[in-house]
Amino acid sequence: MISVQNITKKYGTQVVLNLSNLEIPKGQSFGLVGNNGAGKTTFFSLLLDLIRPTTGYIINNGIQVDVSEDWKPFTSSFIDETFLIGYLTPEEYFYFIGELRGQNRADIDALLANFADFFHGEILGQKKYLRDLSKGNQKKAGIVASFIGNPEVIILDEPFANLDPSTQIRLKAIIKDLAEQQEVTVLVSSHDLIHVTEACERIVVLNKGEIVKDIQTSTETLRELENFFAG
Amino acid sequence: MIFFGIYMLVSLIGLGTGLYFILEKIFPGADPMLKLSELLIYWLFFELFVRYFMQKLPVLDVKPLLLLPIKKSTITHYVLGKSIFSIYNFFALFIFIPFGIVLMMHGYPMPLVLFWFLSILGLVLMVNFINFIINKSDKALIGLVLVMGTVRAVEYFDLMPISKYAGDVFYTLYENPLLAVIPLLFAVIGYSVNYRFLRNRIFLDASLKKKNKEVVSSDMGWTKRFGSIAPFLRLDLKLIWRNKRTKMQVFISLAMVLYGLIFYTMDDFGPQSPMLVFVGIFMTGIFLMNFGQFIPAWDSAYYSMMMSQNIPLRKYLESKAGLISVSVVVMFLLSVPYVYFGWEALAINFSTALYNLGVNIPVILFFGSMNKKRIDLARSAVGNMQGTGAAQFLVGIPLFGAPMLIYMALVFFVSFNVAMIVLSVLGIIGFVLRKPLLDKITNVYRKKKYGMIAGFKEKES
Repeated sequence: MISVQNITKKYGTQVVLNLSNLEIPKGQSFGLVGNNGAGKTTFFSLLLDLIRPTTGYIINNGIQVDVSEDWKPFTSSFIDETFLIGYLTPEEYFYFIGELRGQNRADIDALLANFADFFHGEILGQKKYLRDLSKGNQKKAGIVASFIGNPEVIILDEPFANLDPSTQIRLKAIIKDLAEQQEVTVLVSSHDLIHVTEACERIVVLNKGEIVKDIQTSTETLRELENFFAG
Repeated sequence: MIFFGIYMLVSLIGLGTGLYFILEKIFPGADPMLKLSELLIYWLFFELFVRYFMQKLPVLDVKPLLLLPIKKSTITHYVLGKSIFSIYNFFALFIFIPFGIVLMMHGYPMPLVLFWFLSILGLVLMVNFINFIINKSDKALIGLVLVMGTVRAVEYFDLMPISKYAGDVFYTLYENPLLAVIPLLFAVIGYSVNYRFLRNRIFLDASLKKKNKEVVSSDMGWTKRFGSIAPFLRLDLKLIWRNKRTKMQVFISLAMVLYGLIFYTMDDFGPQSPMLVFVGIFMTGIFLMNFGQFIPAWDSAYYSMMMSQNIPLRKYLESKAGLISVSVVVMFLLSVPYVYFGWEALAINFSTALYNLGVNIPVILFFGSMNKKRIDLARSAVGNMQGTGAAQFLVGIPLFGAPMLIYMALVFFVSFNVAMIVLSVLGIIGFVLRKPLLDKITNVYRKKKYGMIAGFKEKES
């Protein structure tokens, strides 16, 4: 589904990302871990064509992302709260994203109904602007918005941060289900090793812009990761 | 906006200086000071009205102070004391100090005038503190409007000369310098009422909490007829209506239709003066300039989302162009009464409106591609210069310069009528070519995408 070819990103002389080759097959739940500055968000930004690669390119479902915009209809993402429109209510935001992705109101309402327990009654029908919601609730709204329009690729940057424990557990189940049942390619980055090993079938560790580990998740994975980051 | 501030200041001082002579002219033979006293009550109401909408007690600023070892009473005094130096208190002073100086030059006794200043100061501060008290409820506003309306009505139907009574009261303040104590006392009372109210409420969950009004959500079904640009149009309308700065611009734009009066009533400009072309472009294009110059920075807070979402950039720009076109038409319709000053006025406003529609909309959208400065919509409107860069000043040259030059050349070499027709035709040509022009502009936006995303991410401006 996603193929990364010799991509590098430099700011001045500093190399922040250098990936020679990375293949992510369709329907994989892909976890990206690494300390601050490892290049996780840079990688996601390159995937979304928000920054220009210094060299190399990324192919998303046969489309080179920095050449054509045709990857947009099947790719959705939530990177941070700048993906929200602060002066809309959550409902208005969902409908807006729905319109952009060819979904009518009934489709959106049906989708939102599935997330009633995820929202915990704090998102819908509150008559509040997104900018007035708490950080955690903003995050929930953004994550659910990324599920709109049956995307084939979903990119979530740090989705577990700021979420309450119940929602973290639900989100793990959702990610697993999307990948296993619906063949959606889910890319997740996280600082929380436990969550990411539980949610993802493959973990890639970035350090200073380079891949240092590429693991198929097993019972040993969490310990392996902990040893790596402890050292 | 800094120019706007200076402009306001100069206007107020000018008004203050000229006020004596204006009053002398309108009420010949009457004492201007007495007349001013009669008008003062309206001024105070007006000030209260403006403050109600614009001025809030900056209680949110004290949040960081709560954790420091400072007494809450000190914090309260700090907030209230700070409000004394609010810009709103200076508006009146900028009018009344020049007025007082003119008074003294006309032989009014200096000590009386100086003590009268004190009274005015007391009244202004009193209004300042009354505003903070009534600001907390909508009912107070209705009450205020009712009182204003009643006073005016009673006056109008000659039931009771209220402003005369009020005038006598204020004039007495002037005649008896020691009475200046009374308004000052009122100000002190206002201060202490506020103090008592606020002191007990400096907690995160009480007055320091931002008030979240219930959002009135509308699906704006009528926008559907605009087809594929409808979602963006809805977003833009919400953007304008739900954010202070953009909302202010709508009101400023509507008010600016009066701008032409300044020029049309001056005898220095003939009915065909190039200055009136400037006025025409300005009046019909005020929203075009105010709103258009910050496209796409209005969406800067979520621009990376827009760029990774399934959004045709073309539709995005089309919606902005559509919105601005509507504003040009509305502003033109509002400017139709200028026909009172002759058919030339109508011709000028019509041709400049067409020119704005056809030529200036693409021009301003093109210049928008140079915007790289973030705009924080949550910040207040007054004196907010965020997002202003060189592009905002450069854009004035083609917007105004080009049509004025064309006009002057044609009037000089050919005739007024031809100049009008050429400006209109240019507008129509631009309108016909809008599709290919927008295509070109869309490409420019696409090329500059990475720079815009990076620029809009930088918080400090």
